[in-house]
Amino acid sequence: MDFINHQLFIKDINVHIDPILPKKIAIITHAHADHARYGHDEVIATKQTIDIMKIRYGENCAKKYTVLRYGQKLQIKDYQITLYPAGHILGSAQVLIEKNKHRLVVTGDYKVGKDETCKNFKSIKCDTLITEATFGLPIFQHPDPKEEIKKLINSVKKNRSSCHIIGAYALGKAQRVMNLLRQNNYSDTIYIHGSLEKLCNYYRSQKINIGLFEKVVSKDRSFYEGRIIIAPPSALKDRWSRRFPNPIICMASGWMTVKQRAKQRGIELPLVISDHSDWNELLDTIKKSKAKNVLVTHGQEDALVYYCKQNNLLSKPLSIQGRSDEEIE
Amino acid sequence: MKKFSSLLDNLILTPSRKNKINLLKDYFSELDRDKAYALSILSDQLSFQFVKASKLRKLVYEKVDKNLFNFSYDYVGDLAETISLIWPKSNKKMTQSLSLLIEKIQKLKKNEVNTEFSKILDQLSHNERWTLIKICTGGLRIGVSERLVKTAIAEQYNKSLIEIEEIWHGLKFPYDNLFEWLKNRAQKPKISFKDLFHPMMLANPLDKEKDFKNLDPKNFQAEYKWDGIRIQLMVSSSGISLYSRNGEDISKAFPDVIENVEGEAVIDGELLVGKNFKPSTFNDLQQRLNRKKATIELLIKYPVFIRAYDILFYNGKDLRKLKLIERRKYLEKFHNQHKKNNIDLSPVIKFSDWNSLEKFKNNTMDELNEGVMIKLKDSQYLPGRKKGFWYKWKKNPNYVDAILMYAQRGHGKRSSYYSDYTFGVWKEKELVPIGKAYSGYTDKELLKLDKYIRNNTVNRFGPVREIKKEIVFEVAFDNVFPSGRHKSGVAMRFPRINRIRWDKPVNEVVTIEEFIKEFKIY
Repeated sequence: MDFINHQLFIKDINVHIDPILPKKIAIITHAHADHARYGHDEVIATKQTIDIMKIRYGENCAKKYTVLRYGQKLQIKDYQITLYPAGHILGSAQVLIEKNKHRLVVTGDYKVGKDETCKNFKSIKCDTLITEATFGLPIFQHPDPKEEIKKLINSVKKNRSSCHIIGAYALGKAQRVMNLLRQNNYSDTIYIHGSLEKLCNYYRSQKINIGLFEKVVSKDRSFYEGRIIIAPPSALKDRWSRRFPNPIICMASGWMTVKQRAKQRGIELPLVISDHSDWNELLDTIKKSKAKNVLVTHGQEDALVYYCKQNNLLSKPLSIQGRSDEEIE
Repeated sequence: MKKFSSLLDNLILTPSRKNKINLLKDYFSELDRDKAYALSILSDQLSFQFVKASKLRKLVYEKVDKNLFNFSYDYVGDLAETISLIWPKSNKKMTQSLSLLIEKIQKLKKNEVNTEFSKILDQLSHNERWTLIKICTGGLRIGVSERLVKTAIAEQYNKSLIEIEEIWHGLKFPYDNLFEWLKNRAQKPKISFKDLFHPMMLANPLDKEKDFKNLDPKNFQAEYKWDGIRIQLMVSSSGISLYSRNGEDISKAFPDVIENVEGEAVIDGELLVGKNFKPSTFNDLQQRLNRKKATIELLIKYPVFIRAYDILFYNGKDLRKLKLIERRKYLEKFHNQHKKNNIDLSPVIKFSDWNSLEKFKNNTMDELNEGVMIKLKDSQYLPGRKKGFWYKWKKNPNYVDAILMYAQRGHGKRSSYYSDYTFGVWKEKELVPIGKAYSGYTDKELLKLDKYIRNNTVNRFGPVREIKKEIVFEVAFDNVFPSGRHKSGVAMRFPRINRIRWDKPVNEVVTIEEFIKEFKIY
């Protein structure tokens, strides 16, 4: 395990995982902005992650791209690198690194629950597990997302003269909400903030069922009565949201578990829909990995490290630079 | 239970007052025993003898590792919410009405609480669990005041808010008399005198140009407008209560008043902080406000007293139909009879014409008043803000030019616009904030400022934006006091943006030293 440092850097082969700054070789677990950055010499990732990076940052955001399919082995010197589905968003991957029979897994962001918008999480046995802990507290026990979507649909039925604006991250969450609406037989056109358009088009091209959608355009206010609009969270508080009739502000996020947080953010209808594992899923993943050594990053490390130690595992927090905030996707 | 917990859940997440009232109206549209319990919970009257916060912690430690609980509590910051979220899921589900559940808990014996209450928590949904624990720990903190509940009930049943406020504190569970009256099946409840709140007589702002033409100074009495909080004190041998302007019972927070008054009267006056009837700043009074109870340190450091200006009842006699000058005689009589009361009298100002009164109004800064009150000598004590009887004439504001430093988004009508501004003056080469304002500008100016702020942000701290130091405000304020709590050492009263001085260069703004000197803030 000493072949990787706390910055997820494998010195022997000069490979970084999800580096913040431009590097020689970067393995990118998924295309969210706090993991995928512009300007690396070489990016190793799934095809979909690379596609999305190009959509977001332009064709030339890296000098060279190496596509790695899920399960396909890449040999660099005496290291073997394999990507496995992480179930977080389209294209998201865990990274298995093998050297001299030692197996180390970097989960990246992951969720165990079912999701039609991406390949579902695969549990991997390993010696060392580097897991995220965005929701690493026992208060986080995500409900069934279908039930959450039902709340939304009921509210739409009840408040015909309002429009529902849902704050959802532009990549992944927005499309998942759309897909969940379709799974619950909501068939109306879904209106989207302009910044979501390219990504929604890409999801559609990948045969993800997100149904009919249209970009929000300036129309008579009454046009949006009874409609569902999806926008990035930053637009909720912005003047942008004021053009709509009696908007009911919703937010799809695991953070919505905590009422006081929802209230602080001015959310009227919180939807607990998360693309991260909840507490029990984190524990389950740790158990199934059979790892003896668990390193914890991204979020609420303390409680998870405490739990691991209670269960006789070696464990410590890894504080990766530039990521500690709730604002991450 | 489900209905009530979803009411609370909706209330906490609904920002608009109007929508909150609608939720309450909807909930109270039928009146039954559940609603009676709901009312006693919303007015903070219900508690369980054996289930308190400390007991709940013990119960949760039996279910969840203590350290994991504490990590979580630290993150959530709310006991009820942490427990309700962390409580292990169970398949035993029970639907029970609010009233049955409460009665079941009330019947629990002390030695049964541990097992039985735990069982109840098992059987509830997460949201119901949250509601029940909120009820147990008291203080819902859901952004709903008692007044809002009263308003909703008044609206739903076509009663006047004043009538409901009057009887509110005499109403007790199960509220049969209230409910029958609301349904128009009975007369208004008869409430014992000591529990009555008498809605207050309020003043209108004076428009100098318009009003003085028609007002004869001979017909008016003038007093200072004290800068404290308006109260009503009910003192009688059967009990003493102190009410805020909205009829909330604030007795528990001010034992230094309650324990030091006697007699039989209802007094209208101002609650002020100060020793030996010498008022101190509003800043000091703020230390005592919005607290359920006062600590000993606060009682010693910030003692309060009442400055009385009217009397509504004297020895059981209703004086409200009398003229103000006659009531004043009763007030003086009451005051003379009870010299030991923690009450003094608001003096009457002698003046001959409006010009001479204006001099009193604009009295020096160190007089701790906000201007003068002008009251028709013949006025009865009429609840509400009736026109033509009482006027408030505020001091001319003071002005200072200050530089916009930080901006934050506003609420309500102005939500999503950067409408809350912190401004400062120079201290050597840096700026120190001297106040915060969110009013005074026009809608047009707000749009322009909002745009400027978005384009000229130099730094962000959570929701707060630091702005390029370029905009000068002319800030109007009523008063300014020394303050140990603010970095600049000063605290303003009612600051508002009088003008935006787009043209004024920032280097012409004063220093904090000059500001302190000009306004004698020592």
